Amino acid sequence: MTMTDTPTPLNRLGRLMVDQPLLPLIGLLILLVAILAVLNPGVLSMFWAGNTIKIAIPLAMLAACQTLTMLTGGIDLSVGTAATIAAYLTATLAPMTGVPPAIAIALASAVVIGLVNGFGVAICRVHPLIMTLGTALIATGCLLVYQRYVIATGVLIPDFLIWLGTGRSFGLPNSLVLFIPFAALVIWAQRRSGFGRLLYAIGANEAAARLSGVRVWQVHLTLYTLSSLIAGVTGLLYLGQIKTASLSLALPLDLPSVAAAVIGGTSIFGGRGGFGGTIVGALILTVLTSMLTLMQIPEGGRRILFGLIILAVTALFIRLTERS
Amino acid sequence: MKRWIEANSWTLGLAVLLAALLLATKLIQPGFGASGLDSLARAALPFALATVGMAIVVLAGGIDLSIAAMMAVASVTGAVLMQGATDLQSVGIVLGVLLLGLAMGAINGFLIVVSKVPDIVVTLAMLFVWQGVALLILNAPGGAAAPWLRALTTGNFPGLDILPRAIVFLAVVTALIWLPIRRSKLGLRLYAIGSDALAAFRSGVPVGQTRVIAYALCGLFAALGGLSVTMGTGIGEPIPGPYLLASVAAVVLGGVVLGGGRGGLLGPILAVFILRTVRMDLTLLSVDPNVAAIVEGTIMVAVVMFGAVLATRGRKT
Repeated sequence: MTMTDTPTPLNRLGRLMVDQPLLPLIGLLILLVAILAVLNPGVLSMFWAGNTIKIAIPLAMLAACQTLTMLTGGIDLSVGTAATIAAYLTATLAPMTGVPPAIAIALASAVVIGLVNGFGVAICRVHPLIMTLGTALIATGCLLVYQRYVIATGVLIPDFLIWLGTGRSFGLPNSLVLFIPFAALVIWAQRRSGFGRLLYAIGANEAAARLSGVRVWQVHLTLYTLSSLIAGVTGLLYLGQIKTASLSLALPLDLPSVAAAVIGGTSIFGGRGGFGGTIVGALILTVLTSMLTLMQIPEGGRRILFGLIILAVTALFIRLTERS
Repeated sequence: MKRWIEANSWTLGLAVLLAALLLATKLIQPGFGASGLDSLARAALPFALATVGMAIVVLAGGIDLSIAAMMAVASVTGAVLMQGATDLQSVGIVLGVLLLGLAMGAINGFLIVVSKVPDIVVTLAMLFVWQGVALLILNAPGGAAAPWLRALTTGNFPGLDILPRAIVFLAVVTALIWLPIRRSKLGLRLYAIGSDALAAFRSGVPVGQTRVIAYALCGLFAALGGLSVTMGTGIGEPIPGPYLLASVAAVVLGGVVLGGGRGGLLGPILAVFILRTVRMDLTLLSVDPNVAAIVEGTIMVAVVMFGAVLATRGRKT
């Protein structure tokens, strides 16, 4: 109402961030890398770059779950649990059943978590945040019960997962073999496929989408199942990277995955954003984390910072894109 | 009389359910008596206080996801400061922690009102912030609680064997804080912004200010809940417990509509005791504690699902 017709610099920045969200993000990433180089000269190398990419990939994949669910105005806080369960099941079942059945069971469990989420969100209309939090709680309980029966069987981490998680070829991490097709598929799906368009449509205006004949509940059910499946695959990759099966393997990635999607320009209210920005967001967070570690900021400080970043970026997006 | 029963049918039903559950407990464990009630009440106390805080915010049309993290901050702050403090100092510390709770809640509310970001996003972000603060104050469980504070909620009320002190504590604290507010203009405003913020605004209710007060009250009860964790265990706990989901489930089961404006505090408190009694019965039946956690989680998720279905129905008609 108080805005005049001449665009202020802030307005122009807002339009830029909405139209070309990647440009300022890449700028921010370069700025962070430059600061890191000043703080610790000699840190930048091909090895460092490969390492950063390697660490950022599981984060970016979990952030893909957040991006897709956020496009519809949802969120999935059970991804860390789904990934942990998939990894733990694979590692503990492999000595007994062999690798392929173990992976099949692991991914099936992740899909079950997704189906429960989808049922709650799509049919009971529970808020996704509460629903996924609840499923995560129940799933963690199931994992603890399961863990008591498998202590004796030992742990086996499949070789190809270790190759995928920690190996390098030509100086670049092998996990790119999984990630590049994955990212290409997600970006293609969100832009070009009917399912992707439905996600944007529901996020922009659910009532309108429903009136145009979209079966919203089917989209939600598919979406949350897909999200958990992606989380399960990420868990396998992360297992190869960390090389231990623990009960809280991927849980520390839960919060950063939300932060990566939000920083990447995906609106938490739905309808805007995409996976391209999320990838850059994950890289930014990884560089930021290594910077904070370098400055010896404790875990508590990091959490505060992540929380404030989510809040600040969301508030900024609302302020910048507000049309009155 | 008939009208009163109709208006409070949900709460009465909960009371009957709780009585039935306690009877069932007596059947499972014939020795269940004063000491059993005492341990039940002490285990339920942090949940009950968290639920009261959550219920106030939900009544005012919001939700506070950071409640468990605020409890953790209050718990560690109290425990760290009370280590080696005298009784007189610890009174001051308790008051300070309560003020801290009010401040944390007010910050949540203020950020929601000023940033215009939806409450669910702001309190999610603040959940991480308060978690970080708690970890900065105390990295691992530790600290101490003043003995008089622990005595406040342990054991039974003198002269009346069957009444645990923890229940008296809960009743006194809740009544002291909530009843004056409920009877005043502020209470009416809280309900008003919960049922229709726009209508409340047009009737001259300061919506933003009332919302900040609602969150501040939630923070106050979170601080009480955090202190009660410290009272129960004698140490401060920096990792938040499962209070968020439990409090939302109890609020829904207690007859407060998610979205605001309808319900009271008695229902949610009864609901907390129902959920805790179920948990205790499972333990008495010697169910594996992890399985009991799964059953409890499933009940809570089912309750929330049911509540959401009801809320959707209510919106349509």
